[in-house]
Amino acid sequence: MIRRTLLATAAAGLTLAFGAPAMAQDVTKACFVYVGPIGDGGWTYQHHQGALAVKEAYGDKVEIAWQESVPEGADAERVITQMALSGCNIIFTTSFGYMDPTNNVAAKFPDVKFEHATGYKREHPNVSTYNARFYEGRAVVGHIAGKMTQTNKIGYIASFPIPEVIMGINSYFHHAKLANPDVELVVTWAYTWFDPAKEADAARAMLDQGVDVITAHTDSTAPLAEIAKEGGKAWGFGQASDMAAFTTNDDGTPGPRIASIIDEWSPYYVKRVGQLMDGTYGQIDSWAGMPEGEVVIGPMNDAIPDDVKAEAQAMIDAITAGEYHPFTGPINKQDGSAWLAEGETADDGTLLGMNFYIEGITGDIPN
Amino acid sequence: MDLSNINPILLVASIMISATPILLAAIGEMVVEKSGVLNLGVEGMMITGAVIGFIIAINTGSPLLGFATAAIAGAVLSLAFGVLTQIFLSNQVATGLGLTLVGLGLSSLLGKPYEGQKTVTLPKLDIPILSDLPVVGRMLFSHDIMVYVSLGIVVAVWAFLKHTRAGLILRAVGESHESAHALGYKVIRVRMLAIMFGGACAGLGGAYLSLVRVPQWTEGMTAGAGWIALAIVVFASWRAGRVLVGAYLFGGITVLQLNLQAAGMTWGVQYLSMSPYLITILVLVLISSNRSRGSHNAPANLGQTFHATR
Repeated sequence: MIRRTLLATAAAGLTLAFGAPAMAQDVTKACFVYVGPIGDGGWTYQHHQGALAVKEAYGDKVEIAWQESVPEGADAERVITQMALSGCNIIFTTSFGYMDPTNNVAAKFPDVKFEHATGYKREHPNVSTYNARFYEGRAVVGHIAGKMTQTNKIGYIASFPIPEVIMGINSYFHHAKLANPDVELVVTWAYTWFDPAKEADAARAMLDQGVDVITAHTDSTAPLAEIAKEGGKAWGFGQASDMAAFTTNDDGTPGPRIASIIDEWSPYYVKRVGQLMDGTYGQIDSWAGMPEGEVVIGPMNDAIPDDVKAEAQAMIDAITAGEYHPFTGPINKQDGSAWLAEGETADDGTLLGMNFYIEGITGDIPN
Repeated sequence: MDLSNINPILLVASIMISATPILLAAIGEMVVEKSGVLNLGVEGMMITGAVIGFIIAINTGSPLLGFATAAIAGAVLSLAFGVLTQIFLSNQVATGLGLTLVGLGLSSLLGKPYEGQKTVTLPKLDIPILSDLPVVGRMLFSHDIMVYVSLGIVVAVWAFLKHTRAGLILRAVGESHESAHALGYKVIRVRMLAIMFGGACAGLGGAYLSLVRVPQWTEGMTAGAGWIALAIVVFASWRAGRVLVGAYLFGGITVLQLNLQAAGMTWGVQYLSMSPYLITILVLVLISSNRSRGSHNAPANLGQTFHATR
């Protein structure tokens, strides 16, 4: 215990000693903690694009640093502490599981700014949270899925039963159902963010059971590679990143990736680091979406008929303009009880704590 | 829940594909452990095989060449482990873990330019008569060549260990290197060859992941498969036949639980995905609680360093 206290004191001392000169040199150091490898082609890749955008925007005035494949939990706390000690002025922790580690470290380094992605805990004034309204993207691909399915069975590879994912499932299904009343949703829980073989297996299990449009809430491109084996009889979407390699097959025919939901973190990262540099930085809870350019639908390929493309584009435009909220009533909960009345839209609090399926989805949410 | 959605033919077919990487890695590791060496670097050799196989396949257009090179790459990497542990007598556990870390780092470095690229994959075989049989044709006889190669390796390893003189020597080295040495057998040489065989098999297993099962390269794509292979060897109590059962069980349960979920079952799937590990622990407890039965079967000199002068 004594050793730990000593370390903590030394840590605080070091920040005092080195934190100040770093500011004086006028170079802001922005650091990023990633849950997967940058090469996942999805979630972490996009965060890293955001980090590079910060460097691009401010050049010599910023320095960026990052650490890949940091496990959620105790290891994360060590990594974040290390970053704070090494003179980072602002640290972005980019996965839900870093929530408690981020807040714990923030308590020890009041002069360092912490930004936690997709969480809700801001226990200290130097912790901000940010998230993107991915459900807006899920709404658009849900509409496309409803129109594209031939078997009337669409699939969702889910990661963990957290509100973020349940929100995505509900939005996807709701809009598929609006587009195609006969549609049925199959949800498979992978219990991982990143395991290409397992993600491929999950896609395979659904394809074997007649599902022909699949969206994934996991981080790799493996589900698309598995869908590609069906040779144009099944479709999927890029997740987190555009996954453009699957847009067109080698023979020129449309590939399995018919559209994608892109997480565009660059505007947020550039804005926040900029605010830190010009002194306008404050604690916030950011939840931006299509209007702010944080959620983007990647190019739709030619497998999608033109009228469906037009409908999807109309929905994108309406959401971007703030005219349409993907959770607009009437929507009932799974048990048939009323959730949103005609024309009513969901409030953010309910969405962020979402722990129920909407009417029409079969099965239960695992604990 | 609608279990009728699960097509048993497709289920068995996808279990066979899903289990092949861990089967290859596990059977190789079993031979290594039979010779008395514990190589914990399976994960590192697998992922190196995965990346090398992918790079060669994409540049030459030949997946088979990719597999061959992956096997060589796995063997070369394991040779480093062999030299360190057998000649320089380093600690096998630490060196094996180091090998895993080296493999993960090396593969991510080599694989950077190949992320997101697509490769040619192995075609499914169309075996005359057999592939056309109803039910079993689609279930068992319409896979790619590597599925049958992996099964062939299992049979070959079984026959080698049980029915050949060389296999007997390898087992003798694993059970008592002192005695084997006294009898004039080259302990280090036997172990080196076993280690390289294990590396080659792990390389093949990794290449199966990147060339057939997922068909793409993604950093860290083995995601713990090497550790499962190690668990299977223990589960199988160092017997080739049981390695096959273990690999198909581990692979099968993953695929089965995903299929059950897709069919609408939500209760208990977590327990099902946990079960292979629970079964391994259970088997370990059972076999170690009753040593008198002689079923423990672990090579007596497993993990011990050998030096001829001692």
